[in-house]
Amino acid sequence: MRVDAIKDKVAIIGMGCTKFGENWNMSVEDMLIEAVYEAYADAGVETKDIEAAWLGSVGSAFTGETLGRPLKLKYKPITRIENACGTGMDALRNACFGVACGLYDIVLVAGVEKLKDSGYGGLPEFFFHPVYGQGFTAPGRWAMIAIRYFQTHGIKPEEGKRALAKIAVKNHHNGTFSPKAHFQKEITLEQAINAPIIAWPLGLFDCCPTTDGAAAAIVCSADIAKSFKDDYVLVKGFGVAMGPCLGKEDIDYKYDHLPETEAAARQAYEAVGIKNPRKEISVAQVHDCFSIAELTEYDALGFCERGRAVQEVEAGTFTLEGELPVNTDGGLKAFGHPLGATGLRMCNELYLQLRGKAGPRQVKNPSLGLAMAQGGHPGMLLPIITILGCRD
Amino acid sequence: MSAIISTGAYIPYYRLKREEIVRAWGGAQKGEKAVANFDEDAITMAVEAGRDALHGIDRQTIDGLYFATTTAPYKEKQGAAVIASALNLKKGAFTVDFTDSLRAGTNALRAAMDAVKAGSATNVLVAAADCRLGAPGSEFEQVFGDGAAALVIGKEGSIDLMSGYTHTSEIIDQWRLDSQNFTKKWEDRFVVTQGYLANVSEAVGIFLKQQNTSLKDFNKVALYAPDARGHQEACRMLKLDSKTQVQAPMFDTIGNTGAAFALLILVAAVEEANTDDKLLLVSYGDGCDIFTFHVKEKPAMDKERRGVQGYLKTKNYLPNYEKYIRFRELMKVESGRRRPPYVSSAVVIHRDRRMIYSLNGSECTNCGRPFFPPQRICLYCQAKDQFREISLTERKGKLFTFSKDELAQSLDPPVIVSIVDLEGNLRFYGQMTDRDPDKIELDMPLDLTFRKIGEAEGYYNYFWKCRPVR
Repeated sequence: MRVDAIKDKVAIIGMGCTKFGENWNMSVEDMLIEAVYEAYADAGVETKDIEAAWLGSVGSAFTGETLGRPLKLKYKPITRIENACGTGMDALRNACFGVACGLYDIVLVAGVEKLKDSGYGGLPEFFFHPVYGQGFTAPGRWAMIAIRYFQTHGIKPEEGKRALAKIAVKNHHNGTFSPKAHFQKEITLEQAINAPIIAWPLGLFDCCPTTDGAAAAIVCSADIAKSFKDDYVLVKGFGVAMGPCLGKEDIDYKYDHLPETEAAARQAYEAVGIKNPRKEISVAQVHDCFSIAELTEYDALGFCERGRAVQEVEAGTFTLEGELPVNTDGGLKAFGHPLGATGLRMCNELYLQLRGKAGPRQVKNPSLGLAMAQGGHPGMLLPIITILGCRD
Repeated sequence: MSAIISTGAYIPYYRLKREEIVRAWGGAQKGEKAVANFDEDAITMAVEAGRDALHGIDRQTIDGLYFATTTAPYKEKQGAAVIASALNLKKGAFTVDFTDSLRAGTNALRAAMDAVKAGSATNVLVAAADCRLGAPGSEFEQVFGDGAAALVIGKEGSIDLMSGYTHTSEIIDQWRLDSQNFTKKWEDRFVVTQGYLANVSEAVGIFLKQQNTSLKDFNKVALYAPDARGHQEACRMLKLDSKTQVQAPMFDTIGNTGAAFALLILVAAVEEANTDDKLLLVSYGDGCDIFTFHVKEKPAMDKERRGVQGYLKTKNYLPNYEKYIRFRELMKVESGRRRPPYVSSAVVIHRDRRMIYSLNGSECTNCGRPFFPPQRICLYCQAKDQFREISLTERKGKLFTFSKDELAQSLDPPVIVSIVDLEGNLRFYGQMTDRDPDKIELDMPLDLTFRKIGEAEGYYNYFWKCRPVR
């Protein structure tokens, strides 16, 4: 295995993203067309230039035709990808392989999810087993790590709760600078701490909303990127580590850290040659479906020592002005989580940041950006990391 | 000969103070009644009582399971088959449901004793349970309680069956049609005098004459009665010494548990019996069954066995009548606009039946490490298809981590998502039941209990949950 096999071989030359929110008046097709045509315009390409396409969707698509039909992509290979909350990110990764091997020059990646047509709040229940593991929700499953994490690392419950609230406040704040976010609304620490409890320590503001959205990217061979755009962005590497998904049952799984995410981070850092992620990464988008996810991911991604995340939050390390800004666009907290679109939405933010086009939320002189979409929940995580960098 | 080898009981964790029912409907009843949790029914309670009676007994030696109830969850489909699976009994065990009569419990007892006497079975487990509903506002609602009793009947035991008697008497005193949820009855005095008292009087009289004995020869009488007043009237009629000779019928603590009631009183009597005591058991329901027992040796209480006494001591009160209404689904309650959570497949349940009912996990025969749910490839040593099945049902554990899921749909939120580290170095992941949400903490001791998970696809989906050790 050559961990750096695709480093600097693939470029992103255009991206698009719909408004994330309750898109009552947009269908899956409408959202895909909007995101893809924005990416076309950004890259300066048309449908006829696209040689292959990848579509990420968990529950809003049926095969690649969900993308091909609205775009009128005729007689092209279209692959539909599903990998839980990492779906959009994995669509990008697979598209990059197609380009890196030299088979295609220009490909399209799109991700979409339509959650608000169901008539129900929250995510759909997926079919697992008639009785085993039944009856729980995503916040309930994520909250299980909080209690053990706090216990192992000597964090008092109220300290932990406060750190989680600070993450929610930060992401809401960052979202106010993102016109396409579902929420553009500041919240106070008191509001976040005192909100109705969903699954302790997670309150209402610790959970991302239920949201519709789509995002898209135009990916090409790095050799030809310059002919489309001066400030293209380079794909540096990926890290993906699916556990055996038996942590809830494995007595060795300790629920005070995220071993899958640590493994994915090791892969990604090795692929890119990163030794000190906290110093070398300029900006990061991580998976804050719930605030406890973002908190534990700081540890897992090596942004701080294991168990130190609460102190780092208190020190402001991950705010827009901090040492390592995380979720600069407001994250899932502000954007919501249309599963198939999320990974691409994260990459879109890196794409803007690395090119200095993030407006009021722009971080200073970024060179490397990390995005991680995290599928599953503690005990069965599927982290997918993408590292993007500025062109030389 | 046939004898009682072992006894067990089950009284649900929840009690409802009768003053709460009085608050809703008026009346003047006192005490409290036992109420099955929302995830319990006659089948799950019979499993619990059966487990209680089977402590220290090799389950492979049980070759019959007789389940008695008037509230079988299924009209067509055997309850005893579900119970036998959950109790991990051998496939050759003869399973029967005794139903439709308040006498079903003692009918099953008689059949079990006859089978053992006749030699067609060595050991039979009798498990009786009921979860009856009185119409809201009715006297039955006040009187009925939920619970279960179990007896292991064999050839040799510490409590010998001495004699028995039965008669049948057709009378329309109390009934429930196939299409009805609530038990009905005829006018009160007719029911008590012409049904209950007349039958008990006649049966006891004939039996004593047959046996050439008198009630004075019995240390304790375990006497079924429809309610506390009927019980007092019967004791007066039979001239029993109510202070010493009558086993307390527990109307103020449990209520009338239907087909399980006579056996539950008998189990309580056995728990309190002394060596050489003679016990009389009298049931009623479309006739009478009578049994006499000789306690050859005061039964030793296995410390794992909770019995009536143990289960009476551990309880929690439903906060109000409305919660009872919700548990029994007596009102249509808005559950919020959430996607229906449960789907099911009879095929998957069949394929995984040993995992679902007997809670069988796998133990790798290569590296020795256990796992639940069972795995074909060992997580620890990667050995393929080298495992033996192990049952988890009787293991205790400690709460490793948890959350209180307020978003999950349940008749009793929050759902407690639990990971339990069990004895023997393995884990159980599931819901916690019979718990006080305010008293859940890491490392608290837990055991496992058989419950209803849901009713997806129109049938009952049973599985195991964890619960604080009672």
